[in-house]
Amino acid sequence: MFAAIDWQAAFFWLFALISCGFALAVLFTPNIVHMASYLIVSLGAVAGLFFLAGAEFVGAMQLMLYVGGTLVLLVFGVMLTSRSNFIRMKTGGGEWILTLFVGGALLLLLLRTAFLVDGWRIPLGQASPPADASTTTRIGLALSGVRLDGGNGYLLPFVIISMHLLVVLIGAAYLARAKRSADGGQPVDRNLMR
Amino acid sequence: MAEFFDTSLHLPTWLACLLAALVHCGLILSLVGTGAAVFIWMERKVAGRIQDRLGPTRTGGRFGWLQSPADGLKLLTKEDLVPGSADAMLFRVAPYVSFTASFTPFLALPFADGWVAQHLHTGVFFVLAVLSLEVFGVILAGYASGSKWSLFGAMRESAQVVSYEVPLKLCVVIPVLLCGTLDLIAIGNMQAGWMSNWLVFHDPFTFLAFWIYFTCGVASVNRAPFDLAEAESELVAGFHTEYSGLRWGFFFMAEYGSMFLVSCLCSVLFLGGWHGPIPLFDLLGWSYGQEETVFRLTGYLANLAGCVNLILKGVLGVTVMIWVRWTLPRLRIDQVMTTCLKYCVPLAAICFVGVLSWQLLGLRGPNDLIPVAPRGVAGVREGWVRKAEAAERQAQGERTAAAGRRVAARSEKVGG
Repeated sequence: MFAAIDWQAAFFWLFALISCGFALAVLFTPNIVHMASYLIVSLGAVAGLFFLAGAEFVGAMQLMLYVGGTLVLLVFGVMLTSRSNFIRMKTGGGEWILTLFVGGALLLLLLRTAFLVDGWRIPLGQASPPADASTTTRIGLALSGVRLDGGNGYLLPFVIISMHLLVVLIGAAYLARAKRSADGGQPVDRNLMR
Repeated sequence: MAEFFDTSLHLPTWLACLLAALVHCGLILSLVGTGAAVFIWMERKVAGRIQDRLGPTRTGGRFGWLQSPADGLKLLTKEDLVPGSADAMLFRVAPYVSFTASFTPFLALPFADGWVAQHLHTGVFFVLAVLSLEVFGVILAGYASGSKWSLFGAMRESAQVVSYEVPLKLCVVIPVLLCGTLDLIAIGNMQAGWMSNWLVFHDPFTFLAFWIYFTCGVASVNRAPFDLAEAESELVAGFHTEYSGLRWGFFFMAEYGSMFLVSCLCSVLFLGGWHGPIPLFDLLGWSYGQEETVFRLTGYLANLAGCVNLILKGVLGVTVMIWVRWTLPRLRIDQVMTTCLKYCVPLAAICFVGVLSWQLLGLRGPNDLIPVAPRGVAGVREGWVRKAEAAERQAQGERTAAAGRRVAARSEKVGG
């Protein structure tokens, strides 16, 4: 009975459904911490999709960056709402319309772009099995400007993004540091003065 | 494993995969569970000895070895409470999240050469990514309890874990850099041979990086002196104040599981993994060669010994963590942050640059002091170098051949 099932497709549907279901749950939950938790499950399922496709590096990256980043979002959610217990957020009608417009436009754009790529239009059941090669080396080489399959590397974008991140880090440290008073006395924490 | 079920027992593929998955998960789950029981008993005994008392002596005969099962039984019979002001759903989910996050990385952790549940080319990366999700369960627990002690604990924990991830990962990058791979099995195999070949003894910078890694590992699993999340003298019990019974037990299992995981990862990255200090099985010629896949009893025994070796190293790491817990007082939150940002991060960065320069200058390490003969018998690292050189030569040959073809084509064109 089970032999007839295409397991690759079955797991794809499983992860895709989890991802979409929890993404919808994010929309319809009033509690901000619940939202962040659902978002984490949704992004985790996307990481599962990457692992299913044999893209281990991207999958682990998804776990570390997106899921880890949402974790920080969760911390902020907890910090913002911890005062009044379990705050509930209401979304107004105008916000719904605006969100639907923006989201719908992005979805259309993405779908159109995805279907424009010829290599992705493979008839059902003829897709090649996921590659089991080590992709990390190739990604690393491409980031340092060497691509094994010819073409340009990504050294310039990589450097630009790293400079950008460095600036953001320094800016964050500057904003978050305790302010010194004008006469050079003890640092004063603004939160304490309130 | 799946291939074995498929080809030797002639089971259908789906059943073979399912059985293989069940065997792997069962083995790892029992390792984590048994490990937690043993470590809790060890913690009691070590704490007792350090504080000049005996620890448990009566439960189950001489050394109180039944203490952990008795604890488990007690936890099972406790009532599963959910506080009235709690967020019931998240409160119930949180312990499972923590436990899953500390259990899943074991799937990618090799216990001997090729003995791994799921061989990932990006093993280190996966282990770290999943392990960093453990804090998610703690934050959820702290928030959902609806208690100020829990919330304080969770906030401290998140601040601490997020900052200690930076030096931890900087230290992990160093072995990755030296071995040129993210594959844990490859990293382990690079350290075959005598003890001097372990990466911790590669050069002074890796030696320092090992200690920074261990410190940050202790901090990332919230053990004393970094256990601010559950500082029992200030916060009742921190994030798990409101938990009781089996859910509390899950948090405990998660803590001991991730302690063991961090120690095991440490031994794979720095302490030679499944290779003992003396390459006994290499000298006997028992261990598997580079590309050997056919089953051999001697090779199996060598792998089994390697597995025992790795687990022993992991237990040693956990013992040191326990020892540290009962020796050092708890740090204040500002001291925790100072340790991370002012000492661990710069030191890790210096180690990183130092190891890079060491490689660049081609300086020698203790391994070069070993006379050639025994290393040649062990010969695994040489095997790696040879393999890489062969691949290089082949690639070069292909390039030359391609260039030759191009030249030939051009000359033909010119000639024509």
